[in-house]
Amino acid sequence: MSWFQKILPPKIKRRAQASKKSMPEGLWSKCPACNEVLYRADLESNLEVCPKCGHHHRIGARQRLAMLLDAEGQHEIGAHITPLDPLKFKDSKKYPDRLKEAQTGTSETDALVVIGGSVKAVPVVAAAFEFKFMGGSMGSVVGERFALGVEAAIESNSAFVCFSASGGARMQEGLFSLMQMAKTSAALTQLSRHRLPFVSVLTDPTMGGVSASFAMLGDLIVAEPNALIGFAGPRVIEQTVRETLPEGFQRAEFLQEKGAIDRIIDRRQMRSELASTLAMMMGRPALAA
Amino acid sequence: MKTTFLDFEQPIAELEAKIEELRFVQDDSALDISEEIRRLQKKSQTLTKDIYAKLNAWQVSQVARHPQRPYTLDYVQGLFTDFVELHGDRAYADDAAIVGGMARFNGEPVMVIGHQKGRDTKEKIYRNFGMPRPEGYRKALRLMRLAEKFGLPIFTFIDTPGAYPGIGAEERGQSEAIARNLYVMAELKTPIVCTIVGEGGSGGALAIGVGDRMLILQYSTYSVISPEGCASILWKSADKASVAAETLGITADRLKANGLVDRVVEEPLGGAQRDWDAMFQAMRRALTDTLAELRKQPLDALLDTRYQRLRAYGSFKEIPAK
Repeated sequence: MSWFQKILPPKIKRRAQASKKSMPEGLWSKCPACNEVLYRADLESNLEVCPKCGHHHRIGARQRLAMLLDAEGQHEIGAHITPLDPLKFKDSKKYPDRLKEAQTGTSETDALVVIGGSVKAVPVVAAAFEFKFMGGSMGSVVGERFALGVEAAIESNSAFVCFSASGGARMQEGLFSLMQMAKTSAALTQLSRHRLPFVSVLTDPTMGGVSASFAMLGDLIVAEPNALIGFAGPRVIEQTVRETLPEGFQRAEFLQEKGAIDRIIDRRQMRSELASTLAMMMGRPALAA
Repeated sequence: MKTTFLDFEQPIAELEAKIEELRFVQDDSALDISEEIRRLQKKSQTLTKDIYAKLNAWQVSQVARHPQRPYTLDYVQGLFTDFVELHGDRAYADDAAIVGGMARFNGEPVMVIGHQKGRDTKEKIYRNFGMPRPEGYRKALRLMRLAEKFGLPIFTFIDTPGAYPGIGAEERGQSEAIARNLYVMAELKTPIVCTIVGEGGSGGALAIGVGDRMLILQYSTYSVISPEGCASILWKSADKASVAAETLGITADRLKANGLVDRVVEEPLGGAQRDWDAMFQAMRRALTDTLAELRKQPLDALLDTRYQRLRAYGSFKEIPAK
């Protein structure tokens, strides 16, 4: 059910559902920022950025990597790593059932996808979070795939790029998840030792344990416009300090103003900007326009 | 100091109150009731042993947060000599929720860093309930660099509900401050021994918790999220904290079984808060042993082992290539 249907009063909802049959599925979508009704194909060709207001819609991990990497020469890293349930965790649902649900819903086995390849011929290993997989939460599989990605980058003399989109550490794996913060950060020390660049791209949202580990350790830290980025969630802070948060708090623009990130990059320029800066950091010749 | 008893310790509290009463009577009576007092004291001990043998995870969380447990500065006083506290991150402020400085341990110069909670209301507020802000982590980092430079081994004492969720903390880069510590501690060229002495609260704990050995006191906890926080997210009710505590696996024994800590330091009967001196003795033994172990390895090997330990964290399945 779309967000639009959720807010409709029941009466209209029934009517809307009844008339749904005549509407082809997914032809139109509404921008949550400016309410403009957009033609799906237009939105797609604009890399899921609203052509009217520039709002960056959340996108999946594979779509993200497809936008960045050169089409040829891609190979996936760490797909053979899959989740376990070390704590036999159960809240209202068992953790394995939640995993299964997420796997069916996203066609991914966990919340991080890592692919080796190139960006405009610059060798790159790129990782991206699948936010729809349990809120992009970081458990053991995310940590291991990240570490394998870093090692693959070292082996192939490539840069490492990670697109974060995560609520933080995955509660269902308890302290194993917390230790992934230490593990991923440690892996980056090895990349540095080989003088290979790590570019961290913060997308909406990057919070908690992901933000407080590798995401803030980039040689370059860039963000997409208006992405929510922070350690504690806005609601937790509001409850703690009991005041309303300032306008734009924890948004990418706020972080740039506070000196926490290098740049904000529009998704439509991401590929060419990253290629150009990576080429400089890796001592490669200027790229043809 | 009058002992504060937790809810589940009420039977002990009642017994202790009775003993206290008898003592009072004994003072001004000709009747000798010392025999009776001894009998009750023994009973109280047995009762304590029984109750503490069967603590559930939520009860352990309560002991870990007990207001009379020794805090970092108490361990400093009990275990170290010549302590010189060093303040500030040299950039913004001195965070009272993390303390640190040089000291001697068994005569050897070392660096001590730890979270600090307060005892009374005024000090609790001054220490921000042991919840550090970015400048606290940056002070810790500065002291770690100092230790590296002068070849001092580092002891950290972890006891925090977590990093402080405030507006200023976010503005000053809480995430970056924690992340930086994880990165630097992974390759800092000096031995690091971390001990959880109370609450190991998530990222705020980990930010001074990366090292060569992870020790934990018997009734301490280490968790990715507080039981209350987890309960309110996953069960939509903070009342389920006890259930969350159980399933999160936050107690020393479960962490040890899962290979997430190296050594459990036994606490005196009824917890560290009951007998500080006994706790200090057990800690001194544990820290002395651990440092001696680490000293056996040359620095290169030490750092390599540290990296391999960090690299190995995780529990996952590997599907063999087809």
